[in-house]
Amino acid sequence: MDSTSNLFERFGGINLLPVLLAIVAFALIGSPSTWVTLTVAGLAMGMMIFLMASGLSLVFGLMDVLNFGHSAFVSFGAFIAASVLAALAAWVGADSIFLNLLAIFLAICAAALFGLVAGWAFERVIIKPVYRDHLRQILITMGALIVAEQLILAIWGGSPISVPRPNFLTGSLIIGDVSIELYRLFAFALGLAAYIALYMILNRTRVGLLVRAGVENREMVEALGFRIDRLFIGVFVLGSALAAIGGAMWAGYETLITAAIGSEMMIIVFIVIIIGGLGSIEGSLLGALMVGLMGNYVAFLAPKMALASNMILMMVILLWRPYGLRPAVK
Amino acid sequence: MTELALDANAERARGRTGRLIVYAIIGAIGLCLLFAPMLFPDVRSQEVAARICIFIVLVASYDLLIGYTGIVSFAHTMFFGLGAYGTAIALKMMGPGWDAILLGGALGIIVSLVLAALVGLLSLRVKAIFFAMVTLAAASVMAVMASQFSDFTGGEDGIIYKVPKLFSPATKLLTDEDGKVLRIFGAKANGKMAAYYFVFFGSLILYFLMLRIVASPLGTVLEAIRENEMRAEALGYKVVLYRTAIFCIAAVIAACAGILRAVWLKYTGPETSLSFAIMIDILLMVVIGGMGTMTGAIIGATLMSLAQFYLKDLMALASEATAGMPLLPELLAPDRWLLWLGILFILLVYFFPAGIVGTLNKKGGHS
Repeated sequence: MDSTSNLFERFGGINLLPVLLAIVAFALIGSPSTWVTLTVAGLAMGMMIFLMASGLSLVFGLMDVLNFGHSAFVSFGAFIAASVLAALAAWVGADSIFLNLLAIFLAICAAALFGLVAGWAFERVIIKPVYRDHLRQILITMGALIVAEQLILAIWGGSPISVPRPNFLTGSLIIGDVSIELYRLFAFALGLAAYIALYMILNRTRVGLLVRAGVENREMVEALGFRIDRLFIGVFVLGSALAAIGGAMWAGYETLITAAIGSEMMIIVFIVIIIGGLGSIEGSLLGALMVGLMGNYVAFLAPKMALASNMILMMVILLWRPYGLRPAVK
Repeated sequence: MTELALDANAERARGRTGRLIVYAIIGAIGLCLLFAPMLFPDVRSQEVAARICIFIVLVASYDLLIGYTGIVSFAHTMFFGLGAYGTAIALKMMGPGWDAILLGGALGIIVSLVLAALVGLLSLRVKAIFFAMVTLAAASVMAVMASQFSDFTGGEDGIIYKVPKLFSPATKLLTDEDGKVLRIFGAKANGKMAAYYFVFFGSLILYFLMLRIVASPLGTVLEAIRENEMRAEALGYKVVLYRTAIFCIAAVIAACAGILRAVWLKYTGPETSLSFAIMIDILLMVVIGGMGTMTGAIIGATLMSLAQFYLKDLMALASEATAGMPLLPELLAPDRWLLWLGILFILLVYFFPAGIVGTLNKKGGHS
């Protein structure tokens, strides 16, 4: 037992969990081509969820603030991107990859810009008065989520909105008998780029050093003379923008969105950060990948259990590690 | 010195007036609910009255968690729904009878209890904030499951069933000489009235039970945990066990409220007993009434239920009045009433975190 756990640790420890999950699923599914399709879908979904979850996790780690309204940014991001893409329909449908790329770039930028501005306003107006008061934080951010959802209903209406995908991302890549949707590859690449950028910022820059130090021990960083509240606004705004980008990508992935998208994603995001442990982006990535893979495998094997399976996964991990897989907060 | 004493006296007097106002309101609401079939004989008002009774219980049981113990759970509708669905499924499968209500209700309560104990023991030992997330996830998973296993639960359409004969509107409780239904102050003494009093007295018993729990040593320990978890632990109270215990008690009471709801409505579906919208209603009611006060539950539930039923009419008027303007009609449409309640909710949490009852009580009370 000891030697096996040593071996497990040497090969990457808990980082291996998604791989283990994939291997188990391979045995259960049987057909390799289906497995590859599902795995790619799971990874793409995981990356989009990571975009949404990372900001929430960092915000909590740094300032002990849990924002139940985080998913409002996801849904606003999705709807803004949908509107931008609809407005640029000519570019989206054009044959030129350049125009396609420009359209989706603009859509994502619009969502991110909204995330930045709204995140700043949200932090100042909603969160700031209730620092260090968990009960009121939960209540107020929950209230903000309700208001945000109702605003979306008032602006965009209650019926589902279809999101056009750029022309060059509509097809599938076919290798042998495996077909992979291009959009999934694109989502995966974008998520990976965001992760690497975040990782670099956190581990290679001075600001990142301060953020990590703040997560570890806020008082000490403050005592050393750094304005951690300013840092916090920065992280909050960045996290909101990432959530909005995640929402924009998700809109293109689902192609049909309703105002409920925010509250649906919130559940998954919560499961992810509980699994991953609060405060670390590595944990968020690990959790997001596991939830994405699990969701897709189970949706194929036993469709009715898709959401429940993630819940069970969370329960099991909480039993094993009450603080999640890689918590940065004690 | 005399001045100070006078001040203190004046303060105490003001606090007493505050409390007197609260008790007067509670008394008025209680009397209205007790004589609701006679005072408000039309069907719509009856619905409102029964809804208020049930929600008072639901909100008070939620207040045991959020107000008295300081734990935030989003799974309260899950237990409410379990009670309602248990009763509904049993009534559907076994036919209308008291045995079905007893068996289905008991099953709903037992499942609630087991689930509450599981969730509690699993997640109450870590940070309190985890608990909010875990319960939210659990509740939404339950809602999705209820709509997916539709052969059993009726899916989105819900279940329609018959209740025992005593509660059907055609039943005559009391008859006059001619064999017609006796009228008591204009209200027909029929099965509908029996159903209402079943709900009313059921709620009353549950409410008194909760008053007793709050006043018991258990209630005191819970408040100690809310105020200072570490100190309570240091004094030798097992915080996790107490928290889990109150979570289970609240779950069972919520399931009982669900049974009442199922019997009253003769219909159970996601919209009436399991949806997240109900959770939001409960939260609003608790905060409006005042967290940590049993009387707050009564005032909050009554105000919100009245607003829900009658505010929409008002908003429809406002929406028509502003028809020409951009965006305003959409913002004022009756379907958007949650928007305004949400804003009200945020403002309340900022400025009156103690709610109506807390604010009235505190006016010079002990401060």
